[in-house]
Amino acid sequence: METLMALLIGVLFTVGVFLLLSKNFLKIILGTSILAHGTHLLIITMGGLKKGMPPIVRGENVSYTDPLPQALILTAIVINFAVTAFFLVLAYRSYQELGTDNIDKLRGIADE
Amino acid sequence: MLLLYFTLLVPFLFALLVPLLYRYMPRIHTGWFVLVVPTGIFIYMINLIPIIAKGEKLVNSVPWIPTLGINYSTYVDGLTLLFGLLISGIGALVVLYSIYYMSKQREALHNFYVYLLIFMGAMLGIAFSDNIFILYMFWELTSIASFLLIAYWYQRKQSRYGAQKSLIITVIGGLALLAGLILLSIMTNTFSIREMIEADQMIVKHQLFLPSMLLILLGAFTKSAQFPFHIWLPDAMEAPTPISAYLHSATMVKAGIYLVARFTPVFSGTIEWFWLVTGTGMITLLWGSFSAVKQNDLKAMLAFSTISQLGLIMCLLGIGSASLYASTAILAALFHLINHSTFKGCLFMVVGIVDHETGTRDIRRLGGLMNIMPITFTLMIIGSFSMAGLPPFNGFLSKELFFTGVLEAARLNIFHLETWGILLPILAWIASIFTFIYSMILVLKTFTGKYKPNKYEKKVHEAPLGMLISPIFLASLVILFFFFPNIISNNLLQPAMKAILPGLLEGGGFENNIKIWHGWTTEVFMTLGVAVVGMLLYISFPKWSGIYEYLPEKISFNYIYDRGLVGMEKLAAKITKTYMTGIVRDYLLYIFIFFVVVVGGSMVLLNNFTFNPSGNGPVSAYEVVLILVIIGAAVLVMLTKSRLTAVIGVGVIGFVVAMFFVIFRAPDLALTQLVVETVTVALFLLCFYHLPELGRETGGVGLRAANLIVSLGVGVLVTLLALTAQSNPLVDPISTFFENSYQLAGARNIVNAILVDFRGFDTMLEILVLSIAGLGVYSLIKLPLARRDNK
Repeated sequence: METLMALLIGVLFTVGVFLLLSKNFLKIILGTSILAHGTHLLIITMGGLKKGMPPIVRGENVSYTDPLPQALILTAIVINFAVTAFFLVLAYRSYQELGTDNIDKLRGIADE
Repeated sequence: MLLLYFTLLVPFLFALLVPLLYRYMPRIHTGWFVLVVPTGIFIYMINLIPIIAKGEKLVNSVPWIPTLGINYSTYVDGLTLLFGLLISGIGALVVLYSIYYMSKQREALHNFYVYLLIFMGAMLGIAFSDNIFILYMFWELTSIASFLLIAYWYQRKQSRYGAQKSLIITVIGGLALLAGLILLSIMTNTFSIREMIEADQMIVKHQLFLPSMLLILLGAFTKSAQFPFHIWLPDAMEAPTPISAYLHSATMVKAGIYLVARFTPVFSGTIEWFWLVTGTGMITLLWGSFSAVKQNDLKAMLAFSTISQLGLIMCLLGIGSASLYASTAILAALFHLINHSTFKGCLFMVVGIVDHETGTRDIRRLGGLMNIMPITFTLMIIGSFSMAGLPPFNGFLSKELFFTGVLEAARLNIFHLETWGILLPILAWIASIFTFIYSMILVLKTFTGKYKPNKYEKKVHEAPLGMLISPIFLASLVILFFFFPNIISNNLLQPAMKAILPGLLEGGGFENNIKIWHGWTTEVFMTLGVAVVGMLLYISFPKWSGIYEYLPEKISFNYIYDRGLVGMEKLAAKITKTYMTGIVRDYLLYIFIFFVVVVGGSMVLLNNFTFNPSGNGPVSAYEVVLILVIIGAAVLVMLTKSRLTAVIGVGVIGFVVAMFFVIFRAPDLALTQLVVETVTVALFLLCFYHLPELGRETGGVGLRAANLIVSLGVGVLVTLLALTAQSNPLVDPISTFFENSYQLAGARNIVNAILVDFRGFDTMLEILVLSIAGLGVYSLIKLPLARRDNK
């Protein structure tokens, strides 16, 4: 299972980076989102998959899945949500304001 | 010994008070308050003289960064005390002078005195520190204080230029000094200068010996304006005249002299040290005095004269490093050090007075001031004649000792002196002639001739008494030292010589008695020759002044410095422009390529890719299906041109990832992911309504191929990393600790316990991030449209 997941993560990273390198604002945001999914899966895979019960205490002598990656990912999901939301609104506003969604045209003043 | 530390810190502490005094006591010139500091320090130092003269050494240490072995250790011996007296004594006189020179109404006095006090404290720090890092810190602090003081009238372009130049040159030297000191500490395994001196026998053969010597000398030569680094000193004359008198003549530029003297016991006795210090000093002496003659500005003339006199002292220290044979040179160096501070300090103040009263320092406009400013005229005569080496002034004595020193050196037969040594007295004599000429120019061009009132912008009169006190005091010292040189010699010079030449003390002592008259010796004839030839050349100056025009501008060091600065700026801009394109995509590319090359490269080089699927969990058919769904959705997002498809594709990925969380026994993650993904897709669709169609990627196939290669590289590398990390669990997971969450935190849900209890602060900051993002979103939406307003 971990091997399969590693391959999946590779695909997600490839797609995420490819989108990130494009010039379209929306594609870049989608790229960060996909990159985040890849990272989350990477973290949970590193903790080992399907090794025990869900991490909710229910008595002695029970083996649990590693709870630490889950805690990390939970934080990451929320942060990622915040960043994506901000990016989206920023893209929307800059398109309204500047009339382009091409990142190459979003340049500063001539002599900065 | 707390008193010593307090004394060393007083300038810094008082600097904090100065702005308050300036603000709340505007009626009294701030200088009067500041005057207390150097005067107090001077009195304290005077009290140390008998203790040090007895041969005692005061060693103290206060831990500062003990983990790094950096202690604020102080060490007081004759040399330290000599500098301490110079710094505080001249400092007091300069502050007194500045009270009359700097206008209370017009100038920003608080800045002036804060910088001055910082400098004073730093300079005392250099002289008293025993730890090399403390020494270095104070060394750089003097450069910074000097920078601030040169740029004191920062509205002037020339001030800023001079300040920058002095900072660049002295800080480069300072860095070299730091490197040299570190090399020394590697060789001797100590940070204490005193212990380094004790270890001198050990390090002579060390392979780092020569590099450390060169680096330390570079530091000393840049600070003391030695050829070819002297170019910053004339430009530093843009500073107010009290500062020129203090920093750029009497004290800061002597820090290099101090350093060379301090490290003489470590490096002396080697041919490299002898010739480097002596040679550089001699060239500086010659070039400085030669260049001084052609100056039209009185201060520029004094600047070159200072350069040349510093060269003289440096040269003597070099000769003195062959100490077993030529101890007179060290005596001469130290004596001239004091004498130079007295007569040059006096001269700077006199020039300041002339500038202050007439409004010009140009000798082509000055002249005939003798009857109008008789006291100033007398002071100028005393200072200049002392500088020229004429009796009855102290410069005569040290000039004689200088000739004795070079003659002694010429008679030695070590270090190739048997062949080259004869050059030393000849060059010294030539340099002294030029010194004589510019000393005469200083006096005669300014004060004799016909007085033409219409050449001056204001009515010229004698300076106020307060302004004259300091130069009068210095001028009296100039005469006093001539008649009673041995008061200085016995109490100050002898202990200082012991510090520079510890070996000589064991070898039976040395002569430190200074006589005014030795009989008809070679030195006397040399002085007579200087006076006669100098006078002849002064009279015939218009006939031979043409030689200065033969010096081509393009090989001057100033030209090289200026062009070098411009060239380096251009080169740096050019290099930066090649990679700082301003395109985000390029920067991302750098990051990704760097990641692939460094991480992937080290993986290949260390050959540590491993693949061991034995510990893997089982795979079931529907998981494979889910994986295929994600891959399909991802590829679709990559290829599609429809924004709706892309947004839905990303949504699919998010929801399938949530399902994976269910499979991987992470119920909290699954719930959160479902909520967040739903909101995100909703947001995407909201914005999507406003954003345009995706459209074609511009940039062509090549660009897309490059993007694809880079992203494939990243993807493959991440897969390999994941597999390797999975196959090599290096350490046991720490999660067993969290499994006691019920006992520790009273929570059954371990993940929740980690978030809100064990790592509660992380979560709190996470909420902060969320709030900031929320604020950003809110304000971006609420912000009125600028475009609409414009239309």
